[in-house]
Amino acid sequence: MSENAKLPPLPTGTFSERAVAWSKKNLFDGWFNTLLTLGSIAFLVWLIPPIVEWAIINATLAPSIEACAEATGACWGFVNANLRLILFGTYPFEEQWRPLLAMILLMGIICGSLGAVKYPSLRKAIIPMWVIGVPIIAILMWGGVFGLTYVQNSYWGGLPLTLILSSIGVIFAFPFGLLLALGRQSHMPAIKTVSVVYIEVIRGVPLITVLFMASVMFPLFLPDGVTIDKLLRAQIGIILFTAAYLAEVFRGGLQAVPRGQFEAGDSLALSYWQSMRLIILPQALRLVIPPTVNSFISMFKDTTLVVIIGLFDFLGTVKLALRSDPAWTKYYVEGYAFAAAIFFLICFSMAKYSAYLEKELRKGEQR
Amino acid sequence: MSKPQNAPGDVRSKGLVDYLNDENVRAVLYQVVAIGLIVLAGWYLVSNTLYNLEQQNISTGYGFLDLEASFEISETMIDYSAQSDYATALMVGLLNTVKVSLLGIILCTIIGTIFGVARLSSNWIVRKLATVYVETFRNIPVLLQLFFWYALIPSAFPHPRDALEPLPGVLLTSRGMYLPVPEPDNAYTLMTIAAVISCVVIYFVKKWAKKRQDATGQPFPMLLAGIGIFVGLVLAAYLAGGAPTDMSMPALKGFNIQGGYNISPEFMAVLIGLTVYTSTYVAEVVRSGIQAVPNGQWEAADSLGIRRSIALRKVILPQSMRVAIPPLTNQYLNLTKNSSLAVAVGYPDLVSVSNTTMNQTGQAIEAISIFMSIYLGLSLLTSLFMNWFNKKMALVER
Repeated sequence: MSENAKLPPLPTGTFSERAVAWSKKNLFDGWFNTLLTLGSIAFLVWLIPPIVEWAIINATLAPSIEACAEATGACWGFVNANLRLILFGTYPFEEQWRPLLAMILLMGIICGSLGAVKYPSLRKAIIPMWVIGVPIIAILMWGGVFGLTYVQNSYWGGLPLTLILSSIGVIFAFPFGLLLALGRQSHMPAIKTVSVVYIEVIRGVPLITVLFMASVMFPLFLPDGVTIDKLLRAQIGIILFTAAYLAEVFRGGLQAVPRGQFEAGDSLALSYWQSMRLIILPQALRLVIPPTVNSFISMFKDTTLVVIIGLFDFLGTVKLALRSDPAWTKYYVEGYAFAAAIFFLICFSMAKYSAYLEKELRKGEQR
Repeated sequence: MSKPQNAPGDVRSKGLVDYLNDENVRAVLYQVVAIGLIVLAGWYLVSNTLYNLEQQNISTGYGFLDLEASFEISETMIDYSAQSDYATALMVGLLNTVKVSLLGIILCTIIGTIFGVARLSSNWIVRKLATVYVETFRNIPVLLQLFFWYALIPSAFPHPRDALEPLPGVLLTSRGMYLPVPEPDNAYTLMTIAAVISCVVIYFVKKWAKKRQDATGQPFPMLLAGIGIFVGLVLAAYLAGGAPTDMSMPALKGFNIQGGYNISPEFMAVLIGLTVYTSTYVAEVVRSGIQAVPNGQWEAADSLGIRRSIALRKVILPQSMRVAIPPLTNQYLNLTKNSSLAVAVGYPDLVSVSNTTMNQTGQAIEAISIFMSIYLGLSLLTSLFMNWFNKKMALVER
């Protein structure tokens, strides 16, 4: 009986009564909150109508410079006219179905891998998906077999390139990062030192310096006559960079596994690698799924930096389209807004999913 | 006698296989192999590099730092001209990086704290607005934001001819913002010295005040006293220096604005972009820091009869700081590292100047090694400082 007395009273009354009660509690609770509410409403009234007017009411979708010059609002025609350049860069026009297909396939694999956390039946499919999927994507992008014309990777660009650079970066950085994390936990001083130095040096410098190093210094490292192209160099730079960050993520997971689990492995006389594979890593990796997704998100955003070393990722192709005709240059707000919207959609949904996963994974501990 | 680990009746002496199964022997072996492989790879890369450099007729070494740079830098905080050497040019770049990072850190902390607190507001509309701000700007790449601001600023403001003047003496033009600044005078040097001295004085007064409060329980109005000491001393120095009033006012002369202090569009773009982007992360740090303090702490303060404003300052904030400092350090480091994106909008930061140096001299390895080690040094310095601060704030357990 006394338990029930403590519960707040159930909302009663008509809808309007409840609405008034709600706004009294959430909007007009005291003079300060009232002031804040009125200020915020004034701000929204000042901000929203001009944006709506600009972006929707007075905007034009017609893909011509003349229509844009007439419109008083946004010129979505810029995006409309240059959509394929923005999405696929300088990839040969006739062949652009290939990067489109590759992009859809890659997104499917990424979604499948993320979904595997929620649906365990997918879990066994993760590795085959990547092992089969990546070569298919490579064939689609490069071509040269099965009657597909060969396309040099200097023509690649746009959203597929951004997705490829970031997802391949994370996938290849995964094993490397895991080794570094294990090395950092190791009892062997030399291996521990090497891992710590690598992780801390890479985490201490900006990505752009690593990319500069990759684009300028890698060619010097290679023996005479061997060259690797710019895209591959950037990709290697991204992998080396991501590995250090993933290593720290994995370290967090390894440290969260109770000591007793390591001792249990020892007492069963399992070797180091056996106990890692069978006992420690399955638990540790489960814990690090959300932060790994977060690493992927930041990698996805950071991939835009390859613009600086002269590759045309999604942001680069927007700039390319803006420069393609001097008349388009002044519509940069539309161009950047379009790119921002795509980036936002991808990053936001992944971030929400990762937050959801974090909650899901914690469910098991709440008993 | 056989050793304890050998089973009775085992007459085998310790063979090679036993050695290989010994954990310690294995550890040494693994490490020797690992180091060997690293040294081998390193030697291979270095020998390739040396060979390639020889082929391209590039000499190694840092001798180029003394050569004349012969390029102009648009923004400098120290004396620099095209006749200065490369070392000075790199110094200018470093100072520009430090300038934009420091300002960015201060601004993103203020803005981030406001939005972090706003996300916990009891006011529904404020909470939602703060959430929209945080979610929008953290999910758009910072480079895109920089490009956007850099494109926006020159086109949003008029040509210097018809500069906007929102405040007397402050000019807004497509070439950036112009602020009136005092003409150089000895009095300002004196004021700087006075400011430093007042900080030292405040430190000792604070020590004394704490001692007195511990002994007698009497509080001392430290905040008022501190402001008094600082303002008093600095003002005294200003008057002692002859109270100069000459100002350098920006004004249109010919085709451009002369005088005053110019804040370039590049600098503004970098500062705004970095601040907005990082403030969203700071907001999340602040929010989780405040949420990490259990409600019981508020209630405990209430039951001790402590006023809410004092409870926030003396009970809640010190505890949330403890949670927030390590992630905050990371955000400050990220901002400093992201300031290297300035190269994309032409703000002459360290990477941008190094890049020019690299292109002019061909000394890629040296230039990259310089800016990498400087960033590494900055990162290490920040984390050392924050570790010290963290230790100072950490919970002292019995």
